[in-house]
Amino acid sequence: MDKKIRQWLIVLILLFMSLILVSFLALAFGSSQIPITEIIDILLNQKGTASYHILMGIRLPRIIIAIAVGGSLGLAGTLLQGMFRNPLVEPYTLGISGGASLGVCLTIIFGLHARIGVVAYPLSGFLGAGLVIFAVYVLSLESGALKPHSMLLTGVMISFVSSSLVMLLMAVSKSDDLHNIVFWIMGSLDEPDLTLITIVSIGAILGLVISLFHCHSLNAMALGEEQATFLGVDTTRTKKILFITASMLTGLSVSVAGIIMFVGLIVPHFMRLVIGADYRILVISSFLGGAVFLILCDLFARIIISPLELPVGVITGIIGGIVFIYVLGKHQVSL
Amino acid sequence: MSKTILELNSLCTGYNQAKILDNISFKANRGGMVSILGPNGSGKTTLLKTIAGAINPMGGQILLQNQNTQDIPLKDRSRKIAVVMQFEQAAHMTVEEYVMMGRLPFFKPFQFFETQKDHDMVDKYLELTDTLGLKDLSFNQISGGERQLVSIARALVQEPMLLLLDEPTAHLDIGHQKQILDLIHTLKERLNISVVIVLHDLNLASEYSDTLVMIDAESRTVFAQGTPEAVMTKEIIQQVYHTDVLVMKHPITARPAVFTARQKTTQEAKSYGKNIL
Repeated sequence: MDKKIRQWLIVLILLFMSLILVSFLALAFGSSQIPITEIIDILLNQKGTASYHILMGIRLPRIIIAIAVGGSLGLAGTLLQGMFRNPLVEPYTLGISGGASLGVCLTIIFGLHARIGVVAYPLSGFLGAGLVIFAVYVLSLESGALKPHSMLLTGVMISFVSSSLVMLLMAVSKSDDLHNIVFWIMGSLDEPDLTLITIVSIGAILGLVISLFHCHSLNAMALGEEQATFLGVDTTRTKKILFITASMLTGLSVSVAGIIMFVGLIVPHFMRLVIGADYRILVISSFLGGAVFLILCDLFARIIISPLELPVGVITGIIGGIVFIYVLGKHQVSL
Repeated sequence: MSKTILELNSLCTGYNQAKILDNISFKANRGGMVSILGPNGSGKTTLLKTIAGAINPMGGQILLQNQNTQDIPLKDRSRKIAVVMQFEQAAHMTVEEYVMMGRLPFFKPFQFFETQKDHDMVDKYLELTDTLGLKDLSFNQISGGERQLVSIARALVQEPMLLLLDEPTAHLDIGHQKQILDLIHTLKERLNISVVIVLHDLNLASEYSDTLVMIDAESRTVFAQGTPEAVMTKEIIQQVYHTDVLVMKHPITARPAVFTARQKTTQEAKSYGKNIL
């Protein structure tokens, strides 16, 4: 078998094993400890007990959301970095998460969810994210080529504008809505709504499948868009599809978990170091890596000051900020 | 099989609304090499990109074996035309991965992995370009000359009938310049493909090409075209480049060669009543 394919397989197996391992850890630890060795027994034979409800009703849904959201964000970061050919872009630094959060806030304020149901959150997140990606792309085209610094600055400014607008909405909103917004903005993987969990999970898998179909094009685009065209890649069409995919992944994640920073930066960067820049493996490994990373971060967020919980964004924000500065220094991207 | 691979008929091209080149016509034959010459900013690269399909022509026709290139589907076109631009970039790929990109046009829908044939092709052209030893290095680690060779290998695994090159010898020392042009010269005959190349160096163009196409920056069109002997004359070069030069025959190959002289030398000679250039 090809040496490269063997390496890819090893990485995939390791990632799967890590995913199972951290999932079990996340099932076991929390405000009440459940011994790892008993988990399977409880799930199979002790239906109806308190432990069973904690596992099935609270911890398992949370792990599923962590997999969907972490995978989505890792994948969205990989796609954006591929299309913009810039190692520092990801949903948060491009302001896409900000746009999605603005969309979700508007939904809360105008009570859209009461009219069209819980679907309103992911939908408004998707629209907000899509608008920002479109704006960043058009603005960076206007200012010449897709220059790394102009794009990042545009993204950061869009983040500022959207978080200011969110604050404006908070200032003028009723106290009920205010509570909802604050609760959601803190960013947590605690989501009781089964429909929302299902939507986000399906969205994540759909995003992964679409990305896998376009990994050859992403590889070619690493040679520059023009050269990709010479290699027979329809770059305009690829970018359209992948921008929509990245908005969907980000929008869904933000609508269920609030803004979780830098997962899309840390995970693809780490995966590139481990397995190289081939998008065929990078797309899958970033998805799995994002899932593992977010489950771990959430586990820390839950146990550090237990029984209280930290917002998971605090953990990813601290790690991500440091990685960002490191990457910035290494690639000497001028800001 | 028709000898003509590429035919431009009064091609007009440019960016957005700005017309950069007008009324360009020439032909490129199988096994032949056409060099596009002209001063900086005369639109040589724009012309090459238009032929390659990155810029849509504003008028006229680009015919590839009598078929309008715009009517050829993108993927088919990439199996017929390969392009080496001046600054090739490759993120963090190895040389092998980079050259493998040239096989992309041959991937079938839903094909995820490269076939054994793809691997063999990559090895074959790495060997032909004498870069097989670089296979596992990162594209960003190798030197400028090696990058050009590897880029040519990547273009050749596309199995094109037309190879377009934008100043492949720019920024290279004389040894690498000769190595690359010798390679292109040998391969075009061996693979029976047509080469259209943008060159800055008049002497190299004269030495290696069958046809020269001289573009003038002011009239934005072809000033002269034909054999090196017909195009590389003192008068044409003076008018296109606004520089006095001396054109002589290469002592061995008898192709025209261009010489310039320092301004001071030229002026001194003039003051003695001699016009050396």
